[in-house]
Amino acid sequence: MMKGLNKNLHLNFDRKLVPTRSGYGDALVELGRSKKIMVLCADLTDSTKVNKFAKKYPKQFVEMGVAEQNLVTVASGLAAVGKIPFASSYAAFCPGRCWEQIRTTICYNDQNVKIIGAHAGVSVGPDGATHQMLEDIGIMRTLPNMVVVVPADYEQTKKATKAIAKFKGPCYMRFARSASAQMTTSKTPFKIGKAQVLKNGTDIALIAAGPVVAECMQAAEDLEEKGINVMVINSHTIKPLDKKTILMAAKKCKKIITVEEGQITGGLGGAVAEFLSENYPVLVKRIGMKDRFGESGEPAELLKKFGFSAGHVVKEALKMCR
Amino acid sequence: MKLNKIKDLKMMADVIREDIITSLVTAKSGHSAGPLGMADIFTALYFNVLKHNPKKPKWDGRDRFVLSNGHICPVLYATMANIGYFPKKELLTLRKWGSRLQGHPHRTSLPGLETTSGPLGSGLSQAAGMALAFQRDKKSNKVFVSLGDGEQDEGNHWEAVMFAGKHKLSNLIGITDRNYIQIDGNTEDVMPLDPLDKKYEAFNWNVKIIDGHDMKQIIKVLKASRTNKGKPLMIIANTIPGKGVDFMEGKFEWHGKPPKPDEAELALEEIHAHEVEERGDWVTKHNKWKPIHK
Repeated sequence: MMKGLNKNLHLNFDRKLVPTRSGYGDALVELGRSKKIMVLCADLTDSTKVNKFAKKYPKQFVEMGVAEQNLVTVASGLAAVGKIPFASSYAAFCPGRCWEQIRTTICYNDQNVKIIGAHAGVSVGPDGATHQMLEDIGIMRTLPNMVVVVPADYEQTKKATKAIAKFKGPCYMRFARSASAQMTTSKTPFKIGKAQVLKNGTDIALIAAGPVVAECMQAAEDLEEKGINVMVINSHTIKPLDKKTILMAAKKCKKIITVEEGQITGGLGGAVAEFLSENYPVLVKRIGMKDRFGESGEPAELLKKFGFSAGHVVKEALKMCR
Repeated sequence: MKLNKIKDLKMMADVIREDIITSLVTAKSGHSAGPLGMADIFTALYFNVLKHNPKKPKWDGRDRFVLSNGHICPVLYATMANIGYFPKKELLTLRKWGSRLQGHPHRTSLPGLETTSGPLGSGLSQAAGMALAFQRDKKSNKVFVSLGDGEQDEGNHWEAVMFAGKHKLSNLIGITDRNYIQIDGNTEDVMPLDPLDKKYEAFNWNVKIIDGHDMKQIIKVLKASRTNKGKPLMIIANTIPGKGVDFMEGKFEWHGKPPKPDEAELALEEIHAHEVEERGDWVTKHNKWKPIHK
């Protein structure tokens, strides 16, 4: 058992890999009991894991074909008459293809639509850069009225899906394709906008979102062995950012590293740096995709190559702490 | 307030035209041609065809009216004001700071608006979403959507056309303002749309073509649309942009600009001149609809 673990979160570290997106699919099956819940998908029913819902609730499922602009605008229309639509596709296509429609007909129009971007990040792997969405957090975070959630593992995705269904207003949730290590359990609480201090520490704080949170936990373990006491924060909600928790981390550790599987500009790192530079300036190192596109490869190879691995986090932390 | 007589509806459309001119000249910016061209159809919808209640804009049983071509909102605002959604004098605040009448419609600013619009090509999708929900829930509400012809250059629009055809959304009624103009010129020069009727037929829609200024025909087709069956319905309304004001009629240059004060005066005189004697009486009798410039 690692020192400083937050017992209140009922974490259970399990290297067994489970796809985060299955958490989305499984939560939808539970949510479908309410007739208000509708799921729309743009020709990616199996891979976005909405197939179980489609089978169980055919009258609440809508196959949109390969048409992401129509996907989100039909969702807006459904929400306008009281439905709670989940518009599902790959993040590269939605919100990638339909940003203006989301801006006007969902955010400015204030409609209760849930945008789901699957297969985000370089860990999409062999499909290559066209499908490895890295800009979604940035383009969604700048939209007024939009909530942005990036869950870390299967259980958290399940909880986040239920939480955004309950929340009234536009939400964006992204998750990766590849399976990820498990940390949270069915007992771990989840609240939109409330970051989780997974592990306490005093020398440096790692703030991450998505499956890379597991890499940060691994990095923390390795750093402890080198005598560095690390705080790890799972900032699963990027907007609204949990300013209180981040301020606490900055005050306590004075050094911060953000980690996300997205572009280095505009994402979680951007949000943390924006907030701290105005309120409590400390050194913030951002780990993310360095203003370039990905490429084909196996997920593990790519995560290593582009610097999203535990080893890379350790290296950066050591540079800052020595 | 429902108007059943064709004559009353025609008079009302002219009052709305006058209010459009007045709100535009006061705003000093905005679109003239489209709103004037659609005044007859908007009058028919709000004063005769739509199930709605200006005092209860959120009433569940209402039909939904979606304005896809948001830039023609001066006609929607003038129509809504005349039927009682808000005081007519508020039309003088169009496009001004603090106004509920935003330059392009913003749903949450003004009760009675069903959507936010302006960016083109997305209104039919939203209307189709509403229609699908009503269809699946077996509700009888109809969804009407006003569409520009120029906006049908957009891919998003045709995605919705396919979608509505697939789901046989017979409760969805599109009205295309076929005025053949868009900002850069004639639609057929900018990006040809004809044969528009055949396109919709090929996408599994019912199609009706009407003269968008023949009130009798408008009412007949819109009323009949309530019992439309089997497929979504597209009404292609041939209209004259700038209708009612001689120097604006048919000119694409009037798509996106308001009249100057002297031009507005001329325009108002001209709309007035229509059946002047009959009309004078009518406005006196229906004082609550007195045009705002008076």
